[in-house]
Amino acid sequence: MSRSARVIVGLLALTLVRTPARGQTPGADTAIRLRTPADSALEARTSAVASQLRCPVCQGLSIQDSPSELAQSMRSLVRDQLAEGKSPDQVKAYFVSKYGEWILLSPPPHGFNLLAYVVPVLIVLGGGALIALAVRRWTAGSEVPS
Amino acid sequence: MNWRRAGIAAVLVIPVVFVFSRGMKTDPREIPSPLPGNPAPGFALAVFAPGQPPLERPIGDTVRLADLKGRVVVLNFWASWCLACRDEHQGLSAVARDYTGKPVQFVGSLYQDTPGNGTAWIAEMGGQSYPSVNDPKALTAIDYGLYGVPETFFIAQDGKIARKITGPAPPAVVKHIIDSLLTTASP
Repeated sequence: MSRSARVIVGLLALTLVRTPARGQTPGADTAIRLRTPADSALEARTSAVASQLRCPVCQGLSIQDSPSELAQSMRSLVRDQLAEGKSPDQVKAYFVSKYGEWILLSPPPHGFNLLAYVVPVLIVLGGGALIALAVRRWTAGSEVPS
Repeated sequence: MNWRRAGIAAVLVIPVVFVFSRGMKTDPREIPSPLPGNPAPGFALAVFAPGQPPLERPIGDTVRLADLKGRVVVLNFWASWCLACRDEHQGLSAVARDYTGKPVQFVGSLYQDTPGNGTAWIAEMGGQSYPSVNDPKALTAIDYGLYGVPETFFIAQDGKIARKITGPAPPAVVKHIIDSLLTTASP
């Protein structure tokens, strides 16, 4: 065995026999808390609610997608309120009571907001009707009299 | 002229012009606040900048909105990194001093900043007559529907939010609002 190989083997042996320092219990230095399924479920619910709330200091970003400090604070507030047992609708209602309906990325379907839901459908229906009419005219014009 | 085509064009264009003209009148950056007229969210925040005599409060003292009932509260959110806050600072400080001895309480609330930066900024600006508190997780700011600084809320003696100023608060406007609130409250 070469000298360098012996040094490596020696170092490996030292790491294997290393005992915990005095006052420490095995694993005590690993303060990182493992994520439980409940944490993951809370995170998923937080993301779902945060994705529906507009970041007040950004342009068209949700608080889930925004890296701003305010969005982070709002996201952690969403998490805290969900952890306290509030429903997603109650959490959204809290933010609406502070910022108005503006805070919701999708406007609720009532009043003037209904236009945002109705107009696209009308445009698609109208466009479809126009295309159908045009196709009917073209096919009628291209018919060869027998 | 094909009147049918003109009619169809008018039907299509008029609603679009109506929607755009409506949009042109509103400032897309201005968020309408649902808070004025509603009870002010309570807060209990620790003083980090004491202010100056006679309006000073000791550092570490807790300012509670519940304790200020019966007074007009001017709650100003600010930060040391906020340039517009520089514009209003001296004016607000002077107006607060003008109302010494009257049932008016000015409170500065630090927004997304550190008390160290806040204290240094106040020193750089030549002092602040009224105390400032720290809002470490911006929870009070969110409770007040804040989306930037500076923003100033005027809480009437009955504990309801009377007015809100977004951006630097002009001293004359601040005085006018306080005077109208004091007049409304007096019998």
